[in-house]
Amino acid sequence: MSKLHVSTTVNGDSVEFLCDPRETLLDCLRDKLNLTGAKEGCGTGDCGACSVTVDGRLVCSCLMLGVEADGKDIATVEGMAEGEELHPLQKKFIEYAALQCGICTPGVLVAAKALLEKNPNPTEEEARYWLAGNLCRCTGYDKIIRAVMDTAADMREAS
Amino acid sequence: MALDDQKSVFKFVGTRPDRPDGLDKVTGRAKFGADAYAAGMLHGAILRSPHAHARIVKIDASKAEAHRDVKAVVTRADFSDKVEFKPGLAGEFWNVLENVMAGEKALYDGHAVAAVAATSALAARDALKLIEVEYEVLPHVTDVDKAMAADAPVIREGAADYSVPEGLHPNVVRYHESGHGDVEAGFAEADLVIEDSFTTEATHQGYIEPHACLASLGGDGKGELWCCTQGHWIAQKTCAALLGIETAQLRVTASEIGGGFGGKTTVFIEPVALALSRKANRPVKIVMSRSEVFRATGPTSSASMDIKIGMKKDGTITAAEGIFRLQGGAFPGAPGDMTAMCAFAPYDLSNVRQVGYDVMANRPKQAAYRAPGAPMGAFAVESVLDELCNQLGLDPLDVRLKNAAHDGSKASYGPTYDQIGLVKTLEEAKAHPHYAAPLKPGQGRGISCGFWFNHGGETSVSLALSEDGSAQLMVGTPDIGGSRASMALMAVEVLGIPYENIRVTVADTATLGYNDVSHGSRVTYASGLATIKAAKHAVEKLCERAAAKWGIPVDAVKWEDGCAVPSGPNAGDFDPLPLADITANMGATGGPISGHFEATPEGAGVSFGTHIVDAEVDPETGKTAITRYTVIQDAGKAIHPAYVEGQYQGGAAQGIGWALNEEYIYGEDGRLQNSIFLDYRIPVASDLPMIDTVIVEVPNPGHPFGVRGVGETGIVPPLAAIANAVSNAAGVRMRDLPMSPPRILAALKARDG
Amino acid sequence: MDYHSPASFTEASALAAATTGVTRFLAGGTDVLVQLRSDMVTPDLLIDIKKIDGVSDITRTPDGGWTLGVAVTGAEMSEHGDLGRDWPGIVEAMDLIGSTQVQGRATLVGNLCNGSPAADSVPAMIAAGVSVTVTGPNGERVVPVEDIPTGPGKTSLARGEVISAVNIPPRGQNAGDAYLRFIPRTEMDIAVVGCGVSLRLDGDTLTEARVSLGAVAPTVLLVEDCAKAIIGTTLDDAALEALATAASAACNPIDDKRGTIAFRTDVAGVLARRAAKIAYARAKGEQA
Repeated sequence: MSKLHVSTTVNGDSVEFLCDPRETLLDCLRDKLNLTGAKEGCGTGDCGACSVTVDGRLVCSCLMLGVEADGKDIATVEGMAEGEELHPLQKKFIEYAALQCGICTPGVLVAAKALLEKNPNPTEEEARYWLAGNLCRCTGYDKIIRAVMDTAADMREAS
Repeated sequence: MALDDQKSVFKFVGTRPDRPDGLDKVTGRAKFGADAYAAGMLHGAILRSPHAHARIVKIDASKAEAHRDVKAVVTRADFSDKVEFKPGLAGEFWNVLENVMAGEKALYDGHAVAAVAATSALAARDALKLIEVEYEVLPHVTDVDKAMAADAPVIREGAADYSVPEGLHPNVVRYHESGHGDVEAGFAEADLVIEDSFTTEATHQGYIEPHACLASLGGDGKGELWCCTQGHWIAQKTCAALLGIETAQLRVTASEIGGGFGGKTTVFIEPVALALSRKANRPVKIVMSRSEVFRATGPTSSASMDIKIGMKKDGTITAAEGIFRLQGGAFPGAPGDMTAMCAFAPYDLSNVRQVGYDVMANRPKQAAYRAPGAPMGAFAVESVLDELCNQLGLDPLDVRLKNAAHDGSKASYGPTYDQIGLVKTLEEAKAHPHYAAPLKPGQGRGISCGFWFNHGGETSVSLALSEDGSAQLMVGTPDIGGSRASMALMAVEVLGIPYENIRVTVADTATLGYNDVSHGSRVTYASGLATIKAAKHAVEKLCERAAAKWGIPVDAVKWEDGCAVPSGPNAGDFDPLPLADITANMGATGGPISGHFEATPEGAGVSFGTHIVDAEVDPETGKTAITRYTVIQDAGKAIHPAYVEGQYQGGAAQGIGWALNEEYIYGEDGRLQNSIFLDYRIPVASDLPMIDTVIVEVPNPGHPFGVRGVGETGIVPPLAAIANAVSNAAGVRMRDLPMSPPRILAALKARDG
Repeated sequence: MDYHSPASFTEASALAAATTGVTRFLAGGTDVLVQLRSDMVTPDLLIDIKKIDGVSDITRTPDGGWTLGVAVTGAEMSEHGDLGRDWPGIVEAMDLIGSTQVQGRATLVGNLCNGSPAADSVPAMIAAGVSVTVTGPNGERVVPVEDIPTGPGKTSLARGEVISAVNIPPRGQNAGDAYLRFIPRTEMDIAVVGCGVSLRLDGDTLTEARVSLGAVAPTVLLVEDCAKAIIGTTLDDAALEALATAASAACNPIDDKRGTIAFRTDVAGVLARRAAKIAYARAKGEQA
């Protein structure tokens, strides 16, 4: 069938694209909008590297069709920083060496931001379970969890 | 290099600055393998065998070729016919070609048999369904012991090399034997001898980034390749050979790499994309699916091992013997030799003998995985040591300290150790609060030592200074885990300029000399050494310019804190001349200032680690929780300690997965049953505790700053340490990995009758 | 593949009834998209039911039960305080499916219609006595959840039929439910065994019980022998042992990549005991 027209908002920008109904939101973000921050690690919702938020809800963009994005509000890692100012999680991840290869990092950051917006004071266990769908093969999660917990503490102090 | 020449006081090395590529990687800006696009680009897809072993009778691609969206179809006939088959690893290009695109036979479930390039990724996937392949299915074997048995199907006649003794099955393709002393005499001296057998399943490196590349090759034999790889020069060399073009005509650029762990040290899709591009005369991008990664890229070997160790009542090991059979897929290369050489390497033994077999089976071609071969051997050996300690009532750390290899010990695999850090790691383990912490009911503690050789390898580095005094450093080893930061620290330690004033680039194959891949824990060692020497080379030139300006001999100038200064009171009275003051006029004082270094450094110091782990086993379900973990490892010198800790933690986490849940599961039909992350169970965040680290620093005499590689050793002890913890918690010895809940529960039931 | 997003279930049903090809309804998509991506199932017709009014609503019914729209996600269920207070077992079972990200999309009905014997929410729904409303070419019918799956990947829904609501009964007094599953990791796995228990007490004694087992047979089981083993008891050790024995006896599992026959049979008994204790404590008003 012919392609479908989709109008949506990504990181605050109005965007439009044409997609095959089989293409995922991840395919559309990457191949049509050139937003390659979200990664495909598995295509089955098991690794979280493609994490984005849709109307504020954390999802895997590989488990959502591009056509379903019509009329939604999408946020990706490319929208985390405000101008030159990195999000506190982004700063802390660099400071703590919470990334090695960096392929999982965009997804982890988007997921961790969603966690702190919902629960500004998570326990270590809550943070670990919230991020259980974000696979990291390099770090053993230690520095990631420390970065998330300490960012949460900093943000609570600042607010 | 004498230790006297070694630097031991540092200004930058040992600090923890932000990594230079940090901003790119937290903002989504960093470009990984799949993040490249080209004008006019096609998408490639690969058709794979559903059979474990089958003769390819006929491939009919006419329907695919006729489709309007399809621009090229390739099969084996589209690759060079000049690549020669040779036994063992002598014909590795042929082995790689055969793996990249099947010839007469499909050798494993997932083996590539044809590929298409089409106008979209969906069109390419759809076009695969139009290709008809006629197979004659053959008997297959996937188990290592069965593959060595007399009745096993022969995967390829003539693949065995000179090392294999007469009378073994043709699937045994390489053989290793080494050791010293008289093991029979040693066993006779022992108070207790334990013989036991162990198995480990194949595991995958599990990097989160699937293989991806973008290739362009013209009819003029000139090409461009962008890919995620641990080594773009080996990709260049291999692709050129497989495509029948000249190496220098193919420029390869390494993307950012989303994990490798050894699995991205060879090529899979890159030659295919190039062949498609050549045929379609357009750029072709191929991105593997996760399922393709599991089915067709290199997992580690599976292993079957027999261990015999004799011990006196005081804990002295009198003799040790190990037989290690490693299955490496349908090609030579399983590191049975490495397993054998590493297995007893932590111990100073009078009598030791080890045998390794490289065995073929109908599985994907194994690839290196972090200290390839070593973890399995350590699992078997350290399990027997643990059992000896239990039965003799000895403390497992004391026994290891008593037998530990030290400076001057003759290694089990032959050489004599220089300065090594094993004893220090054991002493740190003994002093660590973890080792004395009480255990709760249901918990057990395990320890293990581990060894890895580390590697040097061919290395080229270039450093260029800018007029404003900043520096650009070009290295050829892809940055897998923060190595740009380590390189920058070592360079500025020599140059004396601020860390922020250097930019580190992973250069492409056209802009730097040959570099071996990022493997063997060699990057910080070898590229680091070359960086230091390149920086020193630049410093020599800086000193020459200062000498010329001051009108004094160059040997009267030395470099201190980023400035040229007179080397002593007799040299003259001149103010320190900062680097930027020299570079500001370099065009007029002799031209651009650069430093270079090319060599194959041989002094990679061996590395040892000791791990302590606590595990809790649910006796009703057999489920294991890792409750505490401590890694103690010798880094020689930690250049950027945060990334050293990260290597230790990552190695431990991968080891936890290997020990407990990760495995390749094959059905009776020889097909891989768990080719997605849902069923190939790598540890998730909620599975793990924090992983404590202790960095021991016993300098490596072979590096100017004392560096030893740290990447690989961390995965050697975990399998054994966890098996010992689980066995002690459950009260039953676990001999087969993974120690999945069904296995542990079955062992508990068998014990309880 | 054709994509449609009808405005009513009647329209959705008519679309599905009119095609002869493979049809899939799209709610959360966490199974449909996986099948699509892996070329396991490429539907000819994909019907997105999320634009139908009310599909995201969680509504208290006049009798004290609940009606859930078919696109209500696991995350929305977990965030809904009252639903979780009434039926913690159902909410926890749903919450166990996949990651936080998957929870943002996955639905009860999707989990049910995927037809997996290992579906986590299904034993919890069956134990709770949940039914679904089915809209088809001949109007609506109400079907107990246990009658929907007929085998791995198969359901009793006829061509043109679509589930249009989930009906959860009133919880009532002195009652509690629980769901436990066994997985090798702590998260992200498919159940090797699952067990849902719902029960009601009079004083300390059980007067009603429903016990359901997942991943131990071709479909999720409602095990009457398990209920019989504990009704009339105070869930003492003997009752728990009888429950475990009945649960293990009901198993008809397979050996596969996720577990063995022996393991599943053993662990079904273990989980039944553990889940029953949690449900019992909840019925008593204790924290568990």
